[in-house]
Amino acid sequence: MTTLLRIAGLFGLLSLLSVGGGNGVIPDMQRAAVDQYHWMTAREFLDSFAISRAAPGPGSLIVLLVGLKAAGVVGAVLAVLAMYLPSSLLVFCGARAWSSAARAAWRAHAERALAPVAVGLTYASGIVLVRSTEHDWQALTVTAAATLLLALTEVHPLLVLLLGG
Amino acid sequence: MTSPGAVHPLGPPTLGALFRCFLHLGAMSFGGGMSAWIRREVVQKRGWIDEGQFLSGLALCQIAPGPNAVNLSVFIGTTLLGAAGATVALLAMLAVPAAILFGAGYVYFTIRALPQGAWFGTLLAGAGAAAIGLNLANGMRLTRRGVRGKTAWAIMLATVLAVGVLRIPLLWTLVGVIPASLLLTPRRKPEKT
Repeated sequence: MTTLLRIAGLFGLLSLLSVGGGNGVIPDMQRAAVDQYHWMTAREFLDSFAISRAAPGPGSLIVLLVGLKAAGVVGAVLAVLAMYLPSSLLVFCGARAWSSAARAAWRAHAERALAPVAVGLTYASGIVLVRSTEHDWQALTVTAAATLLLALTEVHPLLVLLLGG
Repeated sequence: MTSPGAVHPLGPPTLGALFRCFLHLGAMSFGGGMSAWIRREVVQKRGWIDEGQFLSGLALCQIAPGPNAVNLSVFIGTTLLGAAGATVALLAMLAVPAAILFGAGYVYFTIRALPQGAWFGTLLAGAGAAAIGLNLANGMRLTRRGVRGKTAWAIMLATVLAVGVLRIPLLWTLVGVIPASLLLTPRRKPEKT
């Protein structure tokens, strides 16, 4: 029971702290799951990280593996709910406010003001990913070729991912 | 909130259609660049929301905590069909990845083995490198549609510089960039009545 409460508390909190995707909270998660609660070894955490990166879906779904190791299937389900419900509720409220202001002048202004920020963050995440993985010239070539191919043609993205692999 | 005259080439956004669309998106979303996938399916192919709605939603989802793709599924579900749409889109988005991780986690914690061959690492690295390309290409398409005028370009470049190059934490970047953009973007009368 204590374990389940800790799972809900830990991931519920990390959910609200995970600004900018899930990567920022990985160090905190590791410290809690490995050092503080001893749910798994450091090696198991690292392998879980790799598994969640290789599978489809957001990287923060690593919480499913941490919950599974800590408290079985119930722990896994609880970890996923705790990780995504708080942030989703925030987005839900934001989207409601946004929809109800469909014709307001401030919304049109906010839309035009926020667009360049959204686009800038999209580029920045690409740059951050290139710098955080060991990107040799081969990987850079693949990234550059994929960028050009996808920007200039209507080729299906999955095909490009397969070619990249 | 789609406009009455909107064209939906692949049918209107019912709960069932929303579920199938996001189930597919969740299953296809490897290695980042998921917002690009979502834009392709929801804006380009299905026409459920327009480019302006998508861009403002993307900004909201980047500001809010949580993964952008999960947030986007909640945003689009809410915009189209309210609370029911949000729930369906969120569950559909996570269903396939969660099922795969359950299986992988069960196997890993039981037999304690990962594919160790070099080919596995190379495959992942290649697909990862291509996924970054997907992200950058999406940025280029969004630039054409959403970034107009000198102010917008300056705000965009400042954001790229702050987060991508200087590695200033996202929260501080947004605290600076969003008020600046709201103040500096020239006001204009709404185009539509």
